[in-house]
Amino acid sequence: MTIDWDTVRADFPILRREIDGAPIVYLDSGNTSQKPRQVIEAMDDFLRTSYAPINRSAYRLAGEATDRFESARASVARFVNAPSADEIVFTKNATEALNLVAASWGGANLGPGDAVVLTHLEHHANIVPWQMLAAKQGFELRWVPLTTDGQLDLTDLDRLLTGAKAFAFTAMSNVLGTIPPVTHLVSAAHDAGAVAIVDACQFTPHNVTDVQAWDADFVAFSSHKMCGPSGVGALWGRMELLDAMPPYIGGGNMIADVRLDGFTTAPVPAKFEAGTPPIVEVIGFGAAVEYLESIGMAAVRQHEIELTRYAIDTLGERYGDDITIQGPDNVEVRGGVLSFKFRDIHPHDISQVLDQHNVCVRAGHHCAKPLMRVLGVNATARASLYLYNDRSDIDALADALDGASDIFGF
Amino acid sequence: MPGLEDLYREIILDHYRSPRNRGELPVPPARHAEGHNPLCGDEITIYLSVDDDVVSDVKVAGQGCSISQSSASMMSAAVKGKTVPEVRSLVKKFKGMMSIDTGDDPPSIDVPLGDLEALQGVVKFPVRIKCATLAWNTLLEALDAPIPSDT
Repeated sequence: MTIDWDTVRADFPILRREIDGAPIVYLDSGNTSQKPRQVIEAMDDFLRTSYAPINRSAYRLAGEATDRFESARASVARFVNAPSADEIVFTKNATEALNLVAASWGGANLGPGDAVVLTHLEHHANIVPWQMLAAKQGFELRWVPLTTDGQLDLTDLDRLLTGAKAFAFTAMSNVLGTIPPVTHLVSAAHDAGAVAIVDACQFTPHNVTDVQAWDADFVAFSSHKMCGPSGVGALWGRMELLDAMPPYIGGGNMIADVRLDGFTTAPVPAKFEAGTPPIVEVIGFGAAVEYLESIGMAAVRQHEIELTRYAIDTLGERYGDDITIQGPDNVEVRGGVLSFKFRDIHPHDISQVLDQHNVCVRAGHHCAKPLMRVLGVNATARASLYLYNDRSDIDALADALDGASDIFGF
Repeated sequence: MPGLEDLYREIILDHYRSPRNRGELPVPPARHAEGHNPLCGDEITIYLSVDDDVVSDVKVAGQGCSISQSSASMMSAAVKGKTVPEVRSLVKKFKGMMSIDTGDDPPSIDVPLGDLEALQGVVKFPVRIKCATLAWNTLLEALDAPIPSDT
């Protein structure tokens, strides 16, 4: 099936908005994605017709709300090919999903003499929870380094994994776009007897995610980067692991019984979903994955591969050695996240000048300061692509960069 | 949207391209403080020598965008030779220019802003106010840093 990408783009109302008489060129989807009308309408419709508490009340409206909530869980499970919808735990975002794994699984399983392996590509969300826990429970953190083109250097992986209890890594770097060989890494972790935890926050919005093909143990991702609303994310985990883990946050919904001398927990996933969840956002999350399924993630990936190639080529041809795009040049092993250095202009100033042309890019450390130190920079400018971008957005970026040269005297 | 010429004034770009008082001072006898802009990763270190309540020397180290670097450079030129109360008054006046609430009391000493007025345009770009004030907040921290001793 051929996708009409202009029709896809037209699904996103905000892209029709103009600022100072010109349209927005949104190249910050690695930060957060825009929302299609299908998601906006699903949330609006739910609020207008079906909003009620879930899992609590006996009247029909509450039953309907609960059904739609659980139906969204089933959609999210299907989207990542989870064996069971009960293995999908709704969280606040991918950050909370990773914190849940660290605090609950890690809290119960890690201690002095143990090790957790991370990589230099990680977002703070897959670093700090482990550092917080390591400070309390006294285990070792080990790091997989990078090659010069921003891929994981797996030379010493087996040695690093020896004796490790967990290997937690990103499936796609939010700074370099690097897509590590997830299946290989999971298998290496399992060979060493370690649990494999995948931060798929950047990967899942742009690629076919199949948690069973990966054979992973935990996978974290976030709605707001994949056309859904902010405020909700998901943790997929193997049932036998989730089942054995202690609860994370205590409160309503997560208990089977509470007495003065203690409590028993509800079954997974309720065990990890204390309190009223972001009900409307979960409905929106469900609508988002259904929207993406209607296009097909293989098609989304192909679109972004072509666009990434076009961006690397266009910027390279136009600015030659004055622009350096970080990360792998091979678009088959990277996503559409383009961190770049342009002449000697500071990323913040680049972003400011681009904003004058309505071109929205991120400037900063991208919540990956250890990676920034490895790259030897404090910050990068980052253009990140999604299914609604097209070549005109790349051309607008290339044109707007000229303005930065004018001001800073190159 | 205001034009970029309001932000990138020539004097600002001059300080960015040729920053004044770059470097470090030995600690002790100098005191120092580090500042971070958590949003963008900019880092700055301010070194101060204070003799008899006068800022006798100041150095700036670190990396940042044109606004944070030029603001630091202009700040360093402005505070050198001033008394600590004058410096504190200048910080207050500068932050007032950046629309930051510094309390009801006006600065105790009226220190002219001089070239620093070129940074006034930053106010029209609220996201950049943190860039412009990074050096100044770090300066305050350096002023309040414990006086190092050789022992």
